[in-house]
Amino acid sequence: MSNDYTRRDFIRAVGAGAAAAATPAILSGCASEPAAPAKPVGRVIVIGAGYGGATCAKYLRMWSERRIEVFLIERNAQFVSCPLSNLVLGGSRTIESLTIGYEKLREYGVQVIRDEVTEVLVERKRVRLKRIEDLPYDRLVVAPGIDFMYDLVPGLNNPEAQKVVLHAWKAGPETVELRKQLESMRDGGVYILAMPKAPYRCPPGPYERVCQVAHYFKQVKPKSKVILLDGNEDIVSKKGLFMAAWNDLYKGIIEYRPNQEAKDVDVKAMTVKTEFDSFKGDVLNVVPPHGAGLIARQAKLVTTNNRWCAVNWQTCESAAVPGIYVLGDATLSAAAMPKSASMGNNHAKIAASAIVATMTGGPLNPAPTINNTCYSYVSDREAIHVDSVHRWMPDKKTLEPVPGSGGVSAQRSELEKQYADAWARNIWSDSLG
Amino acid sequence: MRARLLAAALVLAAAPLAATAQTPYPHTGRDLAASCGICHGTNGYNAGGMPNLAGQSKEALAGHLRDFRDGKRPATLMHQIAKGLTDEQIEAVSAYWAAQKLK
Repeated sequence: MSNDYTRRDFIRAVGAGAAAAATPAILSGCASEPAAPAKPVGRVIVIGAGYGGATCAKYLRMWSERRIEVFLIERNAQFVSCPLSNLVLGGSRTIESLTIGYEKLREYGVQVIRDEVTEVLVERKRVRLKRIEDLPYDRLVVAPGIDFMYDLVPGLNNPEAQKVVLHAWKAGPETVELRKQLESMRDGGVYILAMPKAPYRCPPGPYERVCQVAHYFKQVKPKSKVILLDGNEDIVSKKGLFMAAWNDLYKGIIEYRPNQEAKDVDVKAMTVKTEFDSFKGDVLNVVPPHGAGLIARQAKLVTTNNRWCAVNWQTCESAAVPGIYVLGDATLSAAAMPKSASMGNNHAKIAASAIVATMTGGPLNPAPTINNTCYSYVSDREAIHVDSVHRWMPDKKTLEPVPGSGGVSAQRSELEKQYADAWARNIWSDSLG
Repeated sequence: MRARLLAAALVLAAAPLAATAQTPYPHTGRDLAASCGICHGTNGYNAGGMPNLAGQSKEALAGHLRDFRDGKRPATLMHQIAKGLTDEQIEAVSAYWAAQKLK
């Protein structure tokens, strides 16, 4: 632990003590004033305030009873949810309704810092930042999400091309811009979504996205077409439910083309090239292959296929660097584990439980059990789900789906749409305060 | 063969000892409730659109979970999740929610 941390914390502790002494007894039960913190046990820095990082910061504070100092470093001013962002393309949600500030995390004593980590100095247990000076840590949590491998789609490997052909696979400005492209497209035009081979972020996301774009076309531009070029040999998630929605709701609008991995894009000709074919569209939406966010790469946490970070799933501690924990989409997924918001949020809780145990001298959870629930909106009115329960298997030393558990919707329904909305409200509240 | 049987008998005999020697993990309920938080809110406090689990009776919560698991209570999803929980986990998570104060 650095001197600077100890000194500052000493001053803070003295300050809190003095304030408590000066507080009249009548106010001592006031719920809005947190009690003077117990003896601090060290500092955790969390890189990235998405579903994984934000949740981990909050639960570290809760479960350590504020004894662990938590710095949460995030380069964006606000959180924008990827789940539900396809509804912005469909027209039934605004991006504002998916945008949430970080202020409530401060009520837990999380120190949210708007900055960007440029380097992890693993040997010295410090992070280097863009705006402020280096910060030391006792434990580090890396939750950077994904970065795209544009070199695998050469025509997109420059900033100008990326302004024309969007991924919109990170919710935010690109989501809004893609919606504008769809709005300005002529009736009778063609929208093409190209998806890489699994594993990618949000397995059902592409199939939901084409539902939402087709929903918009059906209302406003009925002569238009949607083509999904899937790098996979078949629909990756909720196959029967998506096929039923396409047949019942969007017949003649959606064309599904499996085994069509985008190898290149010609931005001038507006074509996507696959191994043997070329597809021309009016709006191209190409999601390149992706891997762990760049800072994970810099910190040498990437272990597998030059893309993902292997972890010990009992704790989410990196398999490459002790004392560093990796969460969310950046991880090398365990068996049948999707790269989803629900999983990122739950990785965070595995890590928080393990970090608090390690830093306070308590026992580790011998059998972490987490669940995944992912809803997809097939229109503005109906939704479907997939869920699973994953338990630590001590003999195999990994998380695995519990046999007999999990499943998908019996059918799409308006009731499931209500539950999907409720899932969103609850996970936002759980992750962000 | 006899040696193998003897070894197996020794392992069986030692198993209960090993189990009692270990202190049970104190946060099974807390950690499981956290996992359910994605739909049911932190510590079971509903943030909108779901039943509140915090502060409900342990017997009712555990009974609902067992009924979901055993197919006695209709559901869109909970029957699939509840099948992933052991009896001990159902007891622990229900006790944790029941111990939360009603807001």
